Amino acid sequence: MRPFAYLSADTPKGAIAASTADSQFLAGGTTLLDLMKLDVMQPQRIIDINPLAAKYGRIERSAEGLSLGALVRMAEAADDPNLNRDYPVLAQALHLAASPQLRNMATLGGNVLQRTRCPYFRDPSYEACNKRAPGSGCAAIGGLNRKHAVLGASESCIATYAGDFAQALIALDASVELAGPDGQRRIAFEQLHRLPGSSPQLETTLAPGELITAFSVPSGPWTRRSLYLKIRDRESFAFALASAAVALDLDGDEVKDARIGLGGVATVPWRAREAEAMLKGKPMTEAGAEAAAEAAFDKARTRDQNAYKPELGRRTLVRALLGAAALEI
Amino acid sequence: MADGTLNRRGFLSATAVAAAGGLVPGTASGEAAKQQKPSPTDRETLSLSVNGRPHQLSLDPRRTLLDLLREDLSLTGAKKGCDHGQCGACTVLVDGKRVLACLTLAAAARGEVSTIEGLASADGALHPMQEAFIQEDAFQCGYCTPGQIMSAIACVREKHADSEDQIREFMSGNLCRCAAYPNIVKAIQRAKSRTEA
Repeated sequence: MRPFAYLSADTPKGAIAASTADSQFLAGGTTLLDLMKLDVMQPQRIIDINPLAAKYGRIERSAEGLSLGALVRMAEAADDPNLNRDYPVLAQALHLAASPQLRNMATLGGNVLQRTRCPYFRDPSYEACNKRAPGSGCAAIGGLNRKHAVLGASESCIATYAGDFAQALIALDASVELAGPDGQRRIAFEQLHRLPGSSPQLETTLAPGELITAFSVPSGPWTRRSLYLKIRDRESFAFALASAAVALDLDGDEVKDARIGLGGVATVPWRAREAEAMLKGKPMTEAGAEAAAEAAFDKARTRDQNAYKPELGRRTLVRALLGAAALEI
Repeated sequence: MADGTLNRRGFLSATAVAAAGGLVPGTASGEAAKQQKPSPTDRETLSLSVNGRPHQLSLDPRRTLLDLLREDLSLTGAKKGCDHGQCGACTVLVDGKRVLACLTLAAAARGEVSTIEGLASADGALHPMQEAFIQEDAFQCGYCTPGQIMSAIACVREKHADSEDQIREFMSGNLCRCAAYPNIVKAIQRAKSRTEA
């Protein structure tokens, strides 16, 4: 690990003011320390924001919905009884991520900013990685790309977004509360991540020095009828090959509203709006779910080793939709 | 604080910022402070309690909690397996919660740290989980065992040890290359029933 200065922030203002082009905020540290050891990230300054947990570490409920502090640990939110009852897709996405130790450490804010697991990004001995070294090329295109993205990729980057929780947040129309040098603002969760395009090194729309302080999740008739389905190479402690976060509002058999987030298949947390539109106003049937899944992967582009992903993704989504429709709530 | 020493805890509180002349963007002193380059010889002072014993330490900010335990305190129970949060051999408890010492920055560690060395009583009597691992033959080479035991204690405390499946799921962060898993599960069940009895 390269030398860095360690600073601990007792106030949000102090943390934001100390931020520089070469600094990183430290919350759970589970991605940051890992990537610093690999020499993928080389911050000159670490700003420890854990002391801000008193301010940003709470889960609050209201009639409008849920407020999840950015410094709430994944395990705490995953075990929250209200989340499990009223927003199961959020709790399940957290429970199915990482390991118990990592969930005790990692925060919700840090989790959504988790970097990709693309092996070429994680290993600086590969020269070509546009995300790590802009303009150097992409070793994954034409390389080992079995786990890479089929949606939202570009000729510059096909790295998969690794997280789970973000898919649940995007499906539930969450928003992100931010604090930065220019004050506070709020954006739709869907606006947080950027498609790789020709500049995959730019992963989010966060301004320099900006901190995620909380996530707001609006309440709605669909939050209880929700689930997260994650398909992996092994049954636990693995990243998704394909996953689906779904939330449904049913009137009898008819789908009044459907919200779908897809994981493991895309370069960013993926909202499948085409699939949602296919379901709305119709009865939930297996054929309808399959048609929606077709629409979700209509624009999928596969590479040498990930041709299985659209079919796995479709089947994952169909199973998630039918499972959510069958829930007794 | 006024001498511009940056690597000290609490420096970034609102009052400290004001006292230091301001880490306010654009001000001369703020910019000067930001340009100071970190050096491999920088030291961070911290106080940390491990297994009930307080320690005062002066460390390289890069020190992880795992290296602090092993190199500075000679507590070599927690093991360095992968050093990347994937194997669980470095699992310790901080304020009773299981965490990975390899991904914890020592300077950022807060709370009481418990390691395998602190489990046995003063008279040498083993913790029920240690006893159960021996009785069920829940290890072969033993390298992952301290991490398995610390994780298992937390697993039972968290009430995530109700069934074999649940134990397997909630012990998934601890790998065992000897694949002693069936006996690890049995040991956890045995220790759990003993602590509940």
